Amino acid sequence: MHQEDSDQAKAYQQLVKKTQPKKPILKNVVWAFLYGGMICLVGQCIQTAFMATGMTSQAATSPTTVVLIGVGALLTGLGWYDQITKRGGMGATLPITGFANAMVAPAMEFRREGLVMGVGAKLFTVAGPVLVYGLSAAFVVGLVRYLVTGVA
Amino acid sequence: MGVTQIALGSYRVMDVCIAATAAIGGPKEGKGPLGPYFDEIWPSEDHKGTSFEQAERALIEDGMELAVKKSGMSWEDIDLVMGGDLLDQIVSTNFAARRHQRPLLGLFSACAVFTQGLGLGALLLAGNSARSILVAAVSHHMAAERQFRFPIELGYQRTPTAAWTATATGAVVLVSGTKHPTAIDAVTMGRVIDFGSKNPNDMGSAMAPAALDTIQRHLEATGTTLQDYDAVYTGDLGVMGTKMLTLLGKEHGLIFDYRFNDCGQILYHLKEQDVHNGGSGPGCSAGVFSGYLHQRLESGEWRRLLLIATGALFSPTTYQQGESIPCIAHAVSLVYRDRGGSSS
Amino acid sequence: MTFVWAFIVGGLLCVIAQLVLDLTSFTPAHVLVLFVVLGALFGGVGLYRHLVAFAGAGATVPLPGFGYTLVEGIAAAVKTKGILGLLTGGLTAAAGGIKAAVLFGLAAALIFKPKA
Repeated sequence: MHQEDSDQAKAYQQLVKKTQPKKPILKNVVWAFLYGGMICLVGQCIQTAFMATGMTSQAATSPTTVVLIGVGALLTGLGWYDQITKRGGMGATLPITGFANAMVAPAMEFRREGLVMGVGAKLFTVAGPVLVYGLSAAFVVGLVRYLVTGVA
Repeated sequence: MGVTQIALGSYRVMDVCIAATAAIGGPKEGKGPLGPYFDEIWPSEDHKGTSFEQAERALIEDGMELAVKKSGMSWEDIDLVMGGDLLDQIVSTNFAARRHQRPLLGLFSACAVFTQGLGLGALLLAGNSARSILVAAVSHHMAAERQFRFPIELGYQRTPTAAWTATATGAVVLVSGTKHPTAIDAVTMGRVIDFGSKNPNDMGSAMAPAALDTIQRHLEATGTTLQDYDAVYTGDLGVMGTKMLTLLGKEHGLIFDYRFNDCGQILYHLKEQDVHNGGSGPGCSAGVFSGYLHQRLESGEWRRLLLIATGALFSPTTYQQGESIPCIAHAVSLVYRDRGGSSS
Repeated sequence: MTFVWAFIVGGLLCVIAQLVLDLTSFTPAHVLVLFVVLGALFGGVGLYRHLVAFAGAGATVPLPGFGYTLVEGIAAAVKTKGILGLLTGGLTAAAGGIKAAVLFGLAAALIFKPKA
């Protein structure tokens, strides 16, 4: 038996689990709620502003997303978004601004590795998996609906 | 002069002393409690607009240069350079050798590389294979983050047991003879220990069993107890790792008391500087020893010091493939002798 | 009233994501993938539409809204183009956001440098 699977190792992992400091889950959750809620509220304000120009709420969603992505990219560039996420956690990561952060951060960082394999490739470090599984899931969902109802 | 193997991987060495040490830290390290003990503090993590990898290289170059200068010797007097870093293919240590042009032994045992170098250097000097050896280790926070974790500007929350890779370097000029007051008197090379830890955000727990193994072997080989030392310092176990080592020690009849501490744990103001578990990286033990620890030894405040740098030997690839984290620790014990004293 | 619900629903979605992150060994990237897939599923069974009508940006700004947009886009495209819409609809609906993210990302990478 390898050392890493031995009873001694297992007993040690138990001890680690017992000793580990607890994550401040309650605190994290409260901050996630406040930050996430705030970003969505800002989004709603932007959307309402677009609707004031005569757009329907559905039509206003897309330009709202674009503005928020721009804001997320800018705050990442200025070096502020990681500070926001440090406290906000998923409250800052889950909104579309966090998606922008996930694209811009690696692209910025790998600027020195060149424009193609650095910036170009790393833009999709986190965004790539999201697009791959988002598009695939949407396709499967659409296909099932098409097969079941005749329209997707 | 002489070297004797006293147990598996443990050696007693004679007439190996420290001619000079140099420690350089980053701005965050400068603001920590050990800030005043560094020879130099960089004003910024950035180095003249170069990449972070180049900054790390400049850091070790500066550290080595300073150690040689402080020893009163010149580069021509250095027979061998050995050391390491955390970056792939130990590029910082290797590339820095382009400049100094002395024979190089690039080493890797992750964050344990500093005592690996000190130990190996002591063996060579005691065995009369060289007269002076420069040992150095370095890490740079940003360069390590890029390699091991996430992009710097990507927002994420650190878990309470996550370590903070130090931007620091430590360099030591070891010479044969008894001219200098601090000497290395015994060395124990570590075994690779893996107790199945898989969490890269809790490397302290992963490394504690390796530290215990090396400490036990070192004490047994040298016939000493922890209480025979004025200070016992591990490399970068941090808050969680020292807790685990203390618990493990108790199970094995070893009492880690007030003499015991950890370089990563004392490098920062843990709460105020928001570093969670504490400092880590090859530069952590190297910088803390070459600055703070060595000064306390050199001043005669401590007579005996046991230093055990600890390393997690994983790579991002092995972690992504779900493998556990093998660890290693190398121990070096140091003594203070009154200036001009003989080795007898 | 939409403003209040946007805050509450958006906040609650983030709370669920935070709990998944803290209580499992998922990385943030795993959580994002999970939530975009969930958005597509809830969009597919017609539930997410109600949430959007109710909470506006509170449902469209968090990432499940992206999955929902993809599914809605497919539904619209299938109506006009037939089965080909299954392939074209998703990206068409999300084109604005994706293209904006690529352009802004590229621009930011060229202008800014990571900070300590």
